[in-house]
Amino acid sequence: MYAYILRRLAWSVPFLFAASFLAFTIIQAPPGDYVESYAAKLEADGRQVDEVRLNSLRDRFGLDEPFLSQYWKWISGIAKGDFGLSFQWQQPVSELIGDRMILSVILATSTLLFTWAIALPIGILSAVRQYSWGDYFFSIIGFIGLATPNFLVALILMYVGVVYFGTNVTGLFSAEYVNAEWSWAKFLDLVKHLIIPVVIIGTSATASLIRIMRANLLDELYKPYVTTARAKGLSEFKTILKYPVRIALNPFASTIAWVFPQIISGSTVVAVVLSLPTVDPLMLDALLTQDMYLAGAFILMLSVMSIIGMIVSDIVLAMIDPRIRYR
Amino acid sequence: MSNLVDQTDPRIPTDIAEASQWRLMWLKFKKHKLALISLYLVGFLYVLAAFAEFFQPFDPEVTSRRDVFHPPQMVQFLDRTEDGTRFRPHVLGTTLSRDPETLATSYERNPDEKIYISFLGKSEPYLLAGFIPMQRRLIAPTDPDERFYLLGGDRLGRDMLSRSIAGTRISMSIGLVGVAMSLFLGTLIGGMAGYLGGWFDSVSTRAIELILSMPTIPIWLGLSATIPANIDPLMRYFAITVILSLIGWTELARVVRGRFLALRTEDFVTAARLDGARPRRIVFRHIMPSLMSHIIASVSLAIPAMILAETSLSFLGLGLLPPSISWGVLLKEAQNIRSIAQAPWLFVPGFFVLIAVLALNFLGDGLRDAADPYAQDQ
Repeated sequence: MYAYILRRLAWSVPFLFAASFLAFTIIQAPPGDYVESYAAKLEADGRQVDEVRLNSLRDRFGLDEPFLSQYWKWISGIAKGDFGLSFQWQQPVSELIGDRMILSVILATSTLLFTWAIALPIGILSAVRQYSWGDYFFSIIGFIGLATPNFLVALILMYVGVVYFGTNVTGLFSAEYVNAEWSWAKFLDLVKHLIIPVVIIGTSATASLIRIMRANLLDELYKPYVTTARAKGLSEFKTILKYPVRIALNPFASTIAWVFPQIISGSTVVAVVLSLPTVDPLMLDALLTQDMYLAGAFILMLSVMSIIGMIVSDIVLAMIDPRIRYR
Repeated sequence: MSNLVDQTDPRIPTDIAEASQWRLMWLKFKKHKLALISLYLVGFLYVLAAFAEFFQPFDPEVTSRRDVFHPPQMVQFLDRTEDGTRFRPHVLGTTLSRDPETLATSYERNPDEKIYISFLGKSEPYLLAGFIPMQRRLIAPTDPDERFYLLGGDRLGRDMLSRSIAGTRISMSIGLVGVAMSLFLGTLIGGMAGYLGGWFDSVSTRAIELILSMPTIPIWLGLSATIPANIDPLMRYFAITVILSLIGWTELARVVRGRFLALRTEDFVTAARLDGARPRRIVFRHIMPSLMSHIIASVSLAIPAMILAETSLSFLGLGLLPPSISWGVLLKEAQNIRSIAQAPWLFVPGFFVLIAVLALNFLGDGLRDAADPYAQDQ
């Protein structure tokens, strides 16, 4: 098992490398370099442009050097925790990311857990009671969940909240907790605010997981071993949960690999609409103002999060199914 | 398995026994009612997109300062006047009033004023699909100076119905153009990986795995942020489709690769090879035709994903920008809570998205089931 995990981790190195390369290409792509944008920003604010400081910045990021050595300077800086500077905020990028990144991780993982908690029982139900009203009901909900853009659901919920309930569903904390120290009360407040974004982001992933679970279980349900289990007198509940569900779960676990990026991707839009204090609104802002070191850092972090999700998925899969470990 | 084509079986009517593969697929597809309805719906949406100007009651760019956030008006078909009741569609006019204290505007229905709607009514001249000069629209106010709002007006008093129909053109076509590009990349890379195997296969498979494990929206956002802001709208449209297909090709490549791997060992391919056919002939003459149906099915499932992607990007302000009109651009107007509380009809383009994506998904499902007409029904 440890050998498998090690091998899996080793495989992720080229992936991380490729992701960082992609993020850096995006940083580099807009016309003009960081120092030019920085100088333009200073001038726009009506402040003195200090040539010496500009030159030292140019030196620090190696802007006169070829692409690959710039990339090297950037990536080795990140290894030391230095993500470059945000000219919009006049702060090192690493200081801006911290808290928001934690909230993003919390949001993504709770969405993933929610997706499973909902999709698993409904998937089993739809398969066992195929073509029942419940099955049709969830299929229809699932299709609509797949077809509706996340932000539309967010907007409609926001509308319903404001017009019919007079509450504001945006943000992750109530006003009194925004700047408060972490406490039990603040945590409960966060959980309360998490529910709506988690449901919105989770819908489309839940919908596809229900379909996968249903299809997998339907493949298993009519196999002879299920009949055997039933014939030897097991209760229906135990028959289904103990054998076919366990086998149907296998592909289910492998879906973390693609559900997790999908959740991170979906949360970008929803977080902007609901103005959640996660990395996403700040990233959009950075991209719109072409504050590229900040934007690149976010893209890198989100990609790394996806890759970690993929690794976790593979390890979980290997734990459920021993055949994979020895492939 | 093969009872559909077994000609010695006398129970099979000859017209099915001799039907071509495409005909068998159509017969199977027709059984999927939801997919059939979706096919008509999708067809209708593309007709709407192609002849958008004809279906719009008004020019989508014309503003009207008197009609800011004008609420939707119901069409009344029967006109009751002193001379009796007759069939004459119209909407009731509205008068604008302003609360003297809060300055909030509200529209009161005014039963005395009727705005008549004529079918194929005259309008200002326009170019249909950009080059056919026309002067009539499907529905238009009988008096060209009047305006009516079947789906409400936006913050500049532009007609939401006309704008949503105008958005159909870009939103529906971006799916097609983007998928065409993804298809080219996908079949090329997937086909080569499947046919050649070896190192090319493992490298491209890893690359696909990498791209699929990335969160797409942040990367799309990052890439579109690099498009210069002052670029021509048409160029921006193409840049966005390229960006969308840079990630979109992976799914298609996977399907094509899988089919190639399966077909490579089929008897008819071996026979062609033993016959001395060159690789190009084997691929295009023998493998491709039996792949076609699967490709069509995956394409029809890829289009809605593209539409959703464009909508999300434009909604966030990094996709298409006004004056281009797409559903996402229109929904951006619904972004702030104040305007949607005042004018919930700004959501209308969202329902266009919903219908288009649902219909395309059902169509794709139906095509996927029909793609293999010899498979037994469950």
